[in-house]
Amino acid sequence: MQIVSQVREPLVTGGKTYKDITEDICKPVEAKPNKSWLVAVTASIITLAAGGYFMGDMLWNGIGKWGLNKTVQWAWDITNFVWWVGIGHAGTLISAVLLLFRQKWRTSINRAAEAMTIFAVICAALWPVVHMGRPWLGAYWALPLPNTFGSLWVNFNSPLLWDVFAISTYFSVSLVFWFIGLIPDFATIRDRAKTKVSRLVYGMLSFGFDGSAKTWMHYESVSLILAGLSTPLVLSVHTIVSFDFATSVIPGWHTTIFPPYFVAGAIFSGFAMVLTLMLITRYVYNLQHYITLEHIELMNIIITVTGSIVGIAYITEFFIAWYSGVPYEQYAFINRMTGPYWWAYWSMMTCNVISPQLFYIKKIRTNIMMTFILSVIVNIGMWFERFVIIVTSLHRDYLPSSWVYFSPTIHDIMCYVFSFGLFFTLFFMFAKFFPVINMAEVKAVLKDSDSKVYKGRVTIPNNVVPDEDKVLT
Amino acid sequence: MEKNKHFITGVFSDHSVLLSAVKKIREKNIKIHEVFTPYPVHHLEDALGYKRSWMPKAAFLFGITGTTCAILMQVLMLGVDWPMIIGGKPFISIPDFVPVSFEMTVLFAAFGMVGTFFFVRDLKPYKVPRVFDRRSTDDKHIVAIDLVANNEKTQDELTSILQESGAEEVNTRNFTDSDNEASFVKYVVDLFSNGVTSSSRSLS
Repeated sequence: MQIVSQVREPLVTGGKTYKDITEDICKPVEAKPNKSWLVAVTASIITLAAGGYFMGDMLWNGIGKWGLNKTVQWAWDITNFVWWVGIGHAGTLISAVLLLFRQKWRTSINRAAEAMTIFAVICAALWPVVHMGRPWLGAYWALPLPNTFGSLWVNFNSPLLWDVFAISTYFSVSLVFWFIGLIPDFATIRDRAKTKVSRLVYGMLSFGFDGSAKTWMHYESVSLILAGLSTPLVLSVHTIVSFDFATSVIPGWHTTIFPPYFVAGAIFSGFAMVLTLMLITRYVYNLQHYITLEHIELMNIIITVTGSIVGIAYITEFFIAWYSGVPYEQYAFINRMTGPYWWAYWSMMTCNVISPQLFYIKKIRTNIMMTFILSVIVNIGMWFERFVIIVTSLHRDYLPSSWVYFSPTIHDIMCYVFSFGLFFTLFFMFAKFFPVINMAEVKAVLKDSDSKVYKGRVTIPNNVVPDEDKVLT
Repeated sequence: MEKNKHFITGVFSDHSVLLSAVKKIREKNIKIHEVFTPYPVHHLEDALGYKRSWMPKAAFLFGITGTTCAILMQVLMLGVDWPMIIGGKPFISIPDFVPVSFEMTVLFAAFGMVGTFFFVRDLKPYKVPRVFDRRSTDDKHIVAIDLVANNEKTQDELTSILQESGAEEVNTRNFTDSDNEASFVKYVVDLFSNGVTSSSRSLS
C-alpha cells in the first residue's frame, strides 16, 4: 500500500469526494459561457486580428517590413521563437518528468500546463515559418522531399534542420500525450452529457473509452512509456535550439554551456507562464482546493532553482570569456553589460537572477499576488535574455563599418502581439470546452492525499477493509 | 428471437474494498467479465490475473524501426544519392545524424505505441461503448459478472457473494444483440431522434 508522508500537505483540500471532483471540473464545461470568459475571448480575438493585419502585411510585402538589416539579420523573430519554445517546455516537464519522479502534485496542473505547451509551440513554430518569407514553399526547404533540382536534399548536418525535426516531433508527441490524458475525462463528460451535441462530440472525442480494467492497464503503461519518451525529448528540443547558436562562430554564441543553460532557462520561463495562467484559471474557476498553496510553493521553488542555474550560467559565460583570452569574446561580453544595449542586459539580470531569489522568503513564495507579479517579471526577463544573446552579439560585426543599432518597427511589435493573440485565444477556448484539470488522475491521488477527510466521508464496513488499509486509531 | 447478454454488476465506492472483493470473488471460482473504474486502480490487473501490458514492447519495436528509417534516410540522401562536402566533413558523418535519428525514434515509438493501444483496445471516434453503469466514469467502481459464463451459480448466490464482499448495490444489466454490435450510424440517428436518454445503447 501507499505510504503517505505525514509532513506533506494534502494534495486536494476541502474534503472533496470523487463526485465533487467530477462536478467541480465538468461544471464550467457544461455551463453556458459566462461574461468574463466572453470578454477575455473577445479581447484576445481583437489582439489576434490587430496583429493579424500586420502579419498579413508583412507576408504580402516581405520581411523587409521588419527592422532587420545587413548586420542584425536575426532579431525579434528568433527571439520570439526561442522564447515561446522555452515556455512550451513546462507542460511536458510537469507531466513527464514529474510522473517519472512520482511527484503526485503534478496531477492537478498537468492538463493546463500541457495545453499551454502545445499552444506555445504553435506560437513558436510560427516564427521560423513566417521568416522564410515565402512560407508556402517552406516544405521544400525544411523537409526531405524529392524536388526538381535532381533531388537536392536538405542538409542533415545543420542544426536548423535538426530543429525542424525536434520541434515537429515535440509538438506531435506532446499533442498525443495530452490527448491520451484527455480521453478518460472526455468519457466522464460524455456519460454526464445532457445535450445531444455534447454527448455526440465528447463521445467521439472519448474514442469510446469505457474505463475497463484492461484498458486502464494498457493506458497506464502507455502513459509511462510516453513520459519516458518525452523526458529526453523535452531536453533534446531546447538543446537543439541552443545548437542553432552554439555551432556558429559568433562571439557570445559559440559556447559549450548553451544546452544545459537553455534547458534550465526553458523550464524557468515555462513554470513562470504556467503560474501566470494557472493563478488566473484557479481564480476564475474556483479551483483553490485543487491548485493549493502547496502547488504554488513547489512551482516557485522550481523557479528559484532554475533561475539560479540560469544566473550561474550568465556568470560562467563572463568568466569563460575572460579566461579564454579571446579578445572578440571578451569584447562581446563587456559590450553586453556596458554597450548600447546595457538596458536590455540589466533588465535580464534583474528579472531573471535577482527577482526569483525573493522566493527564498516563505512569505513571498506563498503569496499569490507576489507569485503572479514575479511570474510575469520572469517571462519579461527571459524575453530579454534571448534578445541580449541574439541582438547584442550580432550588432557589433567583425567590421566596425557595419556596426549598427537595431530598432524594431511596428511590424516587429505587432507580429509579436499576433502570437499573444493566438496563444490566448487558443488557451481560452481550451479553458471553456475542455476539462482544465485531469479528473481521473486527481481522483487517483485523492485517497492517498487526503485520507482523513476521505475516510470521514465514506463509511466502509470494517469487515471488508483489507488489513493493510485499516485506519489505526 | 434476440439472444440477450445478462450481466450482474456490483457497485463499489472504495478501491481498497474493490481490490479485496475482486480477490474474494475470484477465490470462489467465479469468472469476472470486467471491472470498470473511474481512474486507474493499481494492482487491479494483478487481482484480476491479467498479464502485464506488452505496450512497452510495441514501443521498443516501433522505436528501433524509427531509428533504422532515420539512419537509412540520412545515409542514402547525403551519402549515396547526392554526396556534398559540408564543412569539410565526411559525406556520412554519423555524429551529425544523431539528433534527427533520436527525434525519429521518439516519433515512431510514440505514434506506433499509441496506435497499437487504440487498435488493441478498439478505441476509435465512431465507437459506441457498452456502458454497464454510467457512474463508472464518475465515482463508482463496477464489477461485471457474466451470468451465462458462471451458470453453475444462481443469480441469488452471485448477488450474495457480491454483497458479502462489500458491494453497495447489486444490479442486473442486459444487452441485446444490437447493443453488442451497435452501429455508430444507428446510435447517432437514435440520439438525435429520441434524445440523450433513449439512444440505441441507453446509458441508464
